[in-house]
Amino acid sequence: MIPASFEYEVATSAQHALALLAEHGEDAKLLAGGHSLLPMMKVRLAQPAVLIDIARVPELSGIRVDGDEIVIGATTRHADLASSEVLAAEVPILAYAAAQVGDPQIRHRGTIGGSVAHADPSADLPMTLLALGATIEITGPAGTRAVGVDDFFTGPFESVLQPDEILSAIRVPRHRDDKAGAGQTWGYQKFVRRANDWAIVGVAACDGRVALASMGGTPLRAHATEDALRSGASIQEAAQLAAVGTSPGADFHADADFREHLARVLTRRALEGRTG
Amino acid sequence: MTEVKLTVNGVARSDEVEPRLLLVHYLRETLGLRAANVGCDTTSCGACTVLLDGESVKSCTVLAVQANGRAVTTAEGVVNADGTLGVVQQAFREEHGLQCGFCTPGMVMAVTGLLAENPRPTEQEVREGLEGNFCRCTGYHNIVRAALNAAARLQGAVPSGTVPSNTEVSA
Repeated sequence: MIPASFEYEVATSAQHALALLAEHGEDAKLLAGGHSLLPMMKVRLAQPAVLIDIARVPELSGIRVDGDEIVIGATTRHADLASSEVLAAEVPILAYAAAQVGDPQIRHRGTIGGSVAHADPSADLPMTLLALGATIEITGPAGTRAVGVDDFFTGPFESVLQPDEILSAIRVPRHRDDKAGAGQTWGYQKFVRRANDWAIVGVAACDGRVALASMGGTPLRAHATEDALRSGASIQEAAQLAAVGTSPGADFHADADFREHLARVLTRRALEGRTG
Repeated sequence: MTEVKLTVNGVARSDEVEPRLLLVHYLRETLGLRAANVGCDTTSCGACTVLLDGESVKSCTVLAVQANGRAVTTAEGVVNADGTLGVVQQAFREEHGLQCGFCTPGMVMAVTGLLAENPRPTEQEVREGLEGNFCRCTGYHNIVRAALNAAARLQGAVPSGTVPSNTEVSA
């Protein structure tokens, strides 16, 4: 399959990309790794007239520490997250989650910003960033705005990102070891039937926040579980509430009841600090 | 049309291409390098795997223009200068790491990329490292043996031809 024709522009800076977006309007799409966009263009689910390549903009890439946050440039690839020493030390759940995306080839191309902007409710990184309480940094014509991840996703493949804006960075809170040497408390569960599939249900748990993938139109917090944990409930008891308030769909992998069951079981495992 | 300048198997290339041209089609149709196969065409099967600046990628999901200024290596490019098979290719031959052969160029490049990142992989790391490559003949055991054989050869641990073909691989 070959995408429909488009014009190709290479942005040299974030400002240049913004100018190109302003020039071409809603007919334009940003291209980084292209691992969500190009498959959609091949099957004509997306047919932009102009692609603006931001993969060569240095300021949009890389991982750096900024005070109490780690700032991850939008075009930082999954492979770079997975091998990042600072993430391994301070936000290990994010390095682990990045290593669960697709396969090695996909991780060499796909980017964190692309994954978040794509807003797939079954994807690894949106769920993980929700569990981390990340902030999404968006740059537009009027400057930069910061949106909490809880407010970013609005529906399946939909977010608050506007056509004239760039998702420029992701900010995650640092988890420096406390004096007792305790790091992040986290667990990660992704239920798939075949290697390299999307999560039939996924759960990311980190320091009392629990996020679910494939349990509704967006990645979702398991608020009832979190509230129960804060009230002193056991992991077993709290995990029983994981599907409360969710609206999972049905497909040939699983019906809604099975997904709710999976959410409860996987949430318990994630809260026990298990990965898999 | 957009100009691309890149290096393919060590040879500098410059071509005018349509922006929508996929890297795999550029390699196969424009350059006549037919090792990389189009299997699923959906970033799943890995038959189109090539190296981009030394890292494995699926060339059905990369635009030729995205490879501008970069170095591409295909299975043709890992053949020795005298025309004999490269180390990874020879390991696939010794371990009978192929049946129909359609997935093999992608497997060879995925293994080449894997061993560049992790020269001493465990069997489990080989299996996970080849997660993005499907063999529909399901010849995975011998493919894993081939990858471990290649790793041993590249480490200089084992002279050519001395890795036993029944290397223990768990089911």
